Amino acid sequence: MAAAPESTGTGNRLLGWIDERFPLTKLWREQVSEYYAPKNFNFWYYFGIISLVVLVIQLVTGIFLTMNYKPSSAEAFSSIEYIMRDVDWGWLIRYMHSTGASAFFIVIYLHMFRALLYGSHRKPRELLWIFGCLIFLLLMAEAFMGYVLPWGNMSYWGAQVIVSLFSSLPVIGQSLVEWIRGDYYIADATLNRFFALHVAALPLALIFLVIAHLMALHEVGSNNPDGIEIKKHKDAQGHPLDGIPFHPYYTVKDTVGVAGFLVLFCGVIFFAPTFGGLFLESPNFEPANVLQTPPHIAPVWYFTPFYAMLRAVPSFAGTQVWGVLVMGASVLIIFFLPWLDRSPVRSIRYRGPIYKVMLAILVVSFIILGVCGLKPPSGIYPMLARICTILYFAFFLLMPWYTKFDSVKPVPERVTGHA
Amino acid sequence: MSEEVDHSRRRLLTAATVGTGVIGVAFAAMPFLASWKPSARAKALGAPVEVDASKLDAGQMLKVVWRGQPVFVVRRVKALVDQLADHNALLEDPASDDSLQPPYIKSSGAARARNPEYWIGLAVCTHLGCSPLGAFEVNNSYQVGGVDLGAGWPGGFYCPCHGSKYDASGRVFKGMPAPKNLTVPPYAIAANLRVVIGVDDAPNPVS
Repeated sequence: MAAAPESTGTGNRLLGWIDERFPLTKLWREQVSEYYAPKNFNFWYYFGIISLVVLVIQLVTGIFLTMNYKPSSAEAFSSIEYIMRDVDWGWLIRYMHSTGASAFFIVIYLHMFRALLYGSHRKPRELLWIFGCLIFLLLMAEAFMGYVLPWGNMSYWGAQVIVSLFSSLPVIGQSLVEWIRGDYYIADATLNRFFALHVAALPLALIFLVIAHLMALHEVGSNNPDGIEIKKHKDAQGHPLDGIPFHPYYTVKDTVGVAGFLVLFCGVIFFAPTFGGLFLESPNFEPANVLQTPPHIAPVWYFTPFYAMLRAVPSFAGTQVWGVLVMGASVLIIFFLPWLDRSPVRSIRYRGPIYKVMLAILVVSFIILGVCGLKPPSGIYPMLARICTILYFAFFLLMPWYTKFDSVKPVPERVTGHA
Repeated sequence: MSEEVDHSRRRLLTAATVGTGVIGVAFAAMPFLASWKPSARAKALGAPVEVDASKLDAGQMLKVVWRGQPVFVVRRVKALVDQLADHNALLEDPASDDSLQPPYIKSSGAARARNPEYWIGLAVCTHLGCSPLGAFEVNNSYQVGGVDLGAGWPGGFYCPCHGSKYDASGRVFKGMPAPKNLTVPPYAIAANLRVVIGVDDAPNPVS
């Protein structure tokens, strides 16, 4: 593919014909075969490419699901049953899509954690980080609306709870909710518009943002586990000394990672598609019932940390808007990470103990919040959720101070490791 | 013609074109945004519903759908009605000042009902819109949704989603996630305990 156009084979003459009209070889070289990535990528660098693979899985399975799904409140639930029981291989396509949703969040959370480990959000990658945060935000909207489509009882009441969040906004709240629902309750109109957003509007925006994310990445270059710029040391041709072309080196490495991921992914699809009620919740095997809230409402696992923060805040001054604001802030604060971090080094390898402890606190409190969000709001869980909400915000809000005062180790000039 | 470019004229024309374009886009966006509002059909379906409450025994409850929302129709036992005003100190909004109900309900005080024996209200938690569960026995220890509500709780409603507790008039207790009492819709009680939800005045009985 990357061969020079002056060669004489038929394939090369075709390529030359295309290249005069469209920058195919140029794009391939710039983005793949001559994109120099640091040579010391480790395990954590698999999750970007895996999230791209999951996106493709979701797009393809989603397209095939729309061929049998009916977006109306009267038919939605039975059309899902039809896909599961009567459509040849329909169960596989649907389980790929439902498992893909959870896989997407696992991969994205690990991808974000990688950034926190090695400082991938730091200057000059702020915009890359912001595009990533926007993708995360859109992905949450996409997942929420997709969850409503089967029109099971948890879909219905989940939609009711999440849409009602907007009603706590002062003045405009009530009419805003009516505008979102298109009715006085979660109704056929709501399902229909969520379908339109889920299958057309949001995926288009997601694809656009993924392209912007990759363009920003290839403009500034990848970070690496040492958190140093490989562009500082270049060879005679101007290639980074510590860089290797993405293709073939990382395409081959990523193939291994993707294969490993697909083994686990297929294992879940074939042996535990509901994942014990975490990936597909049991109340959702019942059709939507306007009169009966499931006895215990919990969102799908990937939303539970944020949901726990929403519940942790009691109503105050006659309104529950505070919990909504805290939940919104818990997502939006991630955008500001590049400016909150004042450490002179990027990678955790050269950071002091305070950052390591704070990062561990963030991870532990995020997981505990996730568990709290799954449990009923009684016993020790509300207090636990309150403590962990404070710890979660402490990681971000205290960051300008603790990253400044934390000790650092000397950063090497060149990347370390065996490669 | 002069070779010189009149930059200020060019800036003015650019600004005027952009300004006109923005206004045009704003107007063009209106129909799309407005198409999300409840349609004429959805509005028409918000008609009143009628319930025959005479079949209810004391302590029983009916749920009906009005405008797509579940509505409680509860026949409260006498003892419960009598002690409704006793726990005002425990309530967030005992006089329903911050809550939604028609004026004739607010003026009825702790009962929040046209007929104290029958309580009608939306089964929609004012926190995030879940449907609360009802438990109407006096001074019992409640196990609702796996949660013990305590021996002293005088009965009422419990929202399983986030644990909000309401008394038997739908008034929320202090320190709950829900900020307001359950909403009481406009309703009227016609002859033979026919409850009409969605209107303020009872229609003339049809004989």
